[in-house]
Amino acid sequence: MFTQQLINGLTLGGVYALIALGYTMVYGILELINFAHGEIYMLGAYLGIIFLGFFTAIGLTSYSLPLALILTFILSVIFCSSYGFTIEKIAYKPLRNAPRLSPLISAIGVSIFLQNYVMLTQGATDKIFPHLFEKAGIELMGTRVTYTQIFIIAASAILMLSLNLFITKTRMGKAMRAVAQDKVMASLVGININTVISATFIIGSGLAAVAGLMVAAYYGLVNYSIGYIAGIKAFTAAVLGGIGSVPGAMFGGILLGLIESFSAAYISSEYKDAYAFIILIIILFIKPSGLFGKTQEEKV
Amino acid sequence: MYLLEVRDLTKHFGGIRAIEEVRFRAKEGSIMSIIGPNGAGKTTLFNCLTGITRPTKGAISFFDMETTGLKPDSIVKLGVARTFQNIRLFREMTVIENVMVSQHCRTRSGLLSAIIRSNNFRNEEKTIKEKALEYLELVGLEAYADTVAGSLPYGSQKRLEIARAIATEPRLILLDEPTAGMNPQETGEMMELIKKLQELGKTIILIEHDMKVVMGISENIVVLDHGVKIAEGAPEEIRKNPMVIEAYLGKEH
Repeated sequence: MFTQQLINGLTLGGVYALIALGYTMVYGILELINFAHGEIYMLGAYLGIIFLGFFTAIGLTSYSLPLALILTFILSVIFCSSYGFTIEKIAYKPLRNAPRLSPLISAIGVSIFLQNYVMLTQGATDKIFPHLFEKAGIELMGTRVTYTQIFIIAASAILMLSLNLFITKTRMGKAMRAVAQDKVMASLVGININTVISATFIIGSGLAAVAGLMVAAYYGLVNYSIGYIAGIKAFTAAVLGGIGSVPGAMFGGILLGLIESFSAAYISSEYKDAYAFIILIIILFIKPSGLFGKTQEEKV
Repeated sequence: MYLLEVRDLTKHFGGIRAIEEVRFRAKEGSIMSIIGPNGAGKTTLFNCLTGITRPTKGAISFFDMETTGLKPDSIVKLGVARTFQNIRLFREMTVIENVMVSQHCRTRSGLLSAIIRSNNFRNEEKTIKEKALEYLELVGLEAYADTVAGSLPYGSQKRLEIARAIATEPRLILLDEPTAGMNPQETGEMMELIKKLQELGKTIILIEHDMKVVMGISENIVVLDHGVKIAEGAPEEIRKNPMVIEAYLGKEH
């Protein structure tokens, strides 16, 4: 039972963490809560179904399943990243110097638009993700772990490690940190702010696409409204870890996944969503800036 | 040869005239000071020069290239760097990272080569690090390369700001009150550093309140008062100019 819940929690937590990263990175750079981010995750799930369906139709899936899956992942990431990039250009960039509430409302507008757009084009009913290797798995310490779970945990871990390396080691990563700390100063050392912001949206959306695809494969069902709940949960994870902090989002996501899965198993599954929020409230009481968050310094 | 030319520069904030038809030129390789009482428009002038603020009227040209209306990062690429009166380091990054991030605009390899870590990229990365250490040596901070910038003492933070500015490989450096809050010894060191920058062929314009610094190192001084240029000249002329004395001390009764 314990190992089972641990695996379930890590699976769920990895997904939350991937989505939470998009929230936290955008917040770190623009101080904007991108409410449309959950929708990108939902689009990732739908695009997965569409591309996989296409590859099945042309026979690629039966020819080589891994190849079909890799192509599906790559295409979904490219499409979602383009969505993220475009949303920033259309809905947020024109409002960059507007009062902070304006881009927030714009974000909610984008979210509503995308939900309805998918509902109209894909229908309001649940879509089924092809059962590929849902039942297959291995025995681990007396618990059955499916390949899908192993894949999700491994993929989230690899993506998070790569993102960390990217941010600490590469030039673009350093530029991102510089922009997050002081936009004007960053432009005064020659960093093109627009490029950095676009890169942030592209990376965040790509991670959300992977999360969406993996969840679709895990649960097998996709609906136009899944972005809403997942978005709220991931946002909670980001706040839990300290919004704006990348390690915070990773930690917050995994913690949230574990809390949900353990409380559902040991206390009651009816209130599984409530426990996460109870923990959030407690942590924010003790440390209002979140676990990894820094207390905002007064700007002189 | 004039490096910088400012013509009839005007900036109004609503009804407030921050700068009014200011004109001056800076010679290449010279040190110039901009002085004036508080609220004279000195920092606004710097903001216009670096593209943070768009002037209401007038023009700025850099080596005969019109820069009015360009974005800050484009102006940096043309060779203008600046520091701030209140230190604006990337506090959570290390000392060397602060300097490395400034070399961004002078490097070629793109994102793709960073991901695949091509040979070109790795060589460039090495050069960036070596150069960053050189800049740190120039300001005497090479021993603190891996320290978090925000934990440096005040004087060192000011020097790091200068190292970061130089890392963008500017021809013109704008220093906003480089010696503010420094003790006499630190002030002396800062003056030495500014002279060293001049020896490296940089043109320097500084805003400064410490008259010892201003008179000691400037070749040319521009005096602003309420946004208007009231005097310009060599230190000896400025010292004796009655209008400058009046602006600073008020009219004699």
